Amino acid sequence: MKIDSIQNGIVIDHIAAGRGMQLYHLLQLDKLECSVAIIKNVTSRKMGKKDIIKVDGKVDIDIDAIGYVDPKATVNIIRNGELVEKRDIVLPERLVNVIRCKNPRCISSTEQELDQVFELKDREKGIYRCLYCEAKAEN
Amino acid sequence: MRSLIDILDLSVEELDEMVKVAEDIMADPAKYAHKCDGKKLATMFYEPSTRTRLSFEAAMYELGGNVLSVASAASSSAAKGESVADTAKMISCYADILAMRHPKEGAPLVASMNATIPVVNAGDGGHNHPTQTLADLLTIHCEKGRFDNLTIGLCGDLKFGRTVHSLIAAMCRYPNVKFVLISPTELKLPSYVKTEHIKPSGHAYEQTTDLEAVMPQLDVLYMTRVQKERFFNEEDYLRLKDSYILTPEKLKNAKKDMIIMHPLPRVNEISVAVDNDPRACYFKQAYYGKIMREALILKLLEVQ
Ligand SMILES: [Zn+2]
Repeated sequence: MKIDSIQNGIVIDHIAAGRGMQLYHLLQLDKLECSVAIIKNVTSRKMGKKDIIKVDGKVDIDIDAIGYVDPKATVNIIRNGELVEKRDIVLPERLVNVIRCKNPRCISSTEQELDQVFELKDREKGIYRCLYCEAKAEN
Repeated sequence: MRSLIDILDLSVEELDEMVKVAEDIMADPAKYAHKCDGKKLATMFYEPSTRTRLSFEAAMYELGGNVLSVASAASSSAAKGESVADTAKMISCYADILAMRHPKEGAPLVASMNATIPVVNAGDGGHNHPTQTLADLLTIHCEKGRFDNLTIGLCGDLKFGRTVHSLIAAMCRYPNVKFVLISPTELKLPSYVKTEHIKPSGHAYEQTTDLEAVMPQLDVLYMTRVQKERFFNEEDYLRLKDSYILTPEKLKNAKKDMIIMHPLPRVNEISVAVDNDPRACYFKQAYYGKIMREALILKLLEVQ
């Protein structure tokens, strides 16, 4: 399967197979006007199988959100058909409005305009906790 | 400007400092009677907790300050749809310090992020209740004379008992403390409290269902309530509840200088017959709670 190379945009590569859709929704790519391709189960020498997302358009995406879903993914920025920047992804210290707290007793469930903030508590295990109620984020 | 949301917001040094101030208040209350003249404490309670509210208010009066009290905040502003953030901004115009109790976890933190005055968490749902822990700490310090080299038994509902979790977190910071966790299997201490607090501290702990068996080694026995609604069925509750009720018989093998604590209110988990035992500290604990709230108000208002 071949997808045309993009001229200006972003390629998120090396996404763990199966996580592409999750990332698509988390990054709210469904709201974009430009072309977006999700390629699932691509054969990869390094990973066996992987997902790739290509966004054809000059858009700003939340790199932190990618780090949360899959810190092993890579981000390539394409300008005029050329790779101009490779961004490293690390687990961000804070996630703001990326995921929602699911604890019904949390103040963020009733206080409507409150930012949904999660903080990294254990980098090795990738554990995030809600700033307000300390509930663990479910991945 | 500081707030107190979680007991770990205070460093060990700050706690030591507060204990010193508390001891000085107890030794010479008159010296502190006008420290907060002209200052106002607002108590905003979105759920009833008469004991905690009175303790805060008594503390402020002891310091010569005044109190603006909203005992049922839920029926006033929140019912009209005002956010915690807005309430915090509004209260900042009237008072010098705010004590907030709220059924939602994290509400006092949201208040502190929006207030221009110090905010004290007076209990946020099942989450934190740092001033209870302050009361517990002062009780241990005054009655045992130290925070280190102690074997602390925690008995009852260790799963949902937030006061137990905070006390463990606070005590883990002192050297040579051992925890004995006494509860029915259904109400064991959650594993995150062990992995996030006890294990990194390197302190020893032991889990048991048998209170009497571990009684002789305890320096402190911290009792909590085993609530009926925590059990799946009535039979389990009836079968287990008596094992976790403290009676004079169960105290037979306890150390002579052990102290018995309880965050109150007690229902039946400590027999009234224990009240006259010199080791019973739970009513004194309420007194220590008021003193420690005074020390906290002085600290947060930066009154020397
Ligand atoms: Zn939360």
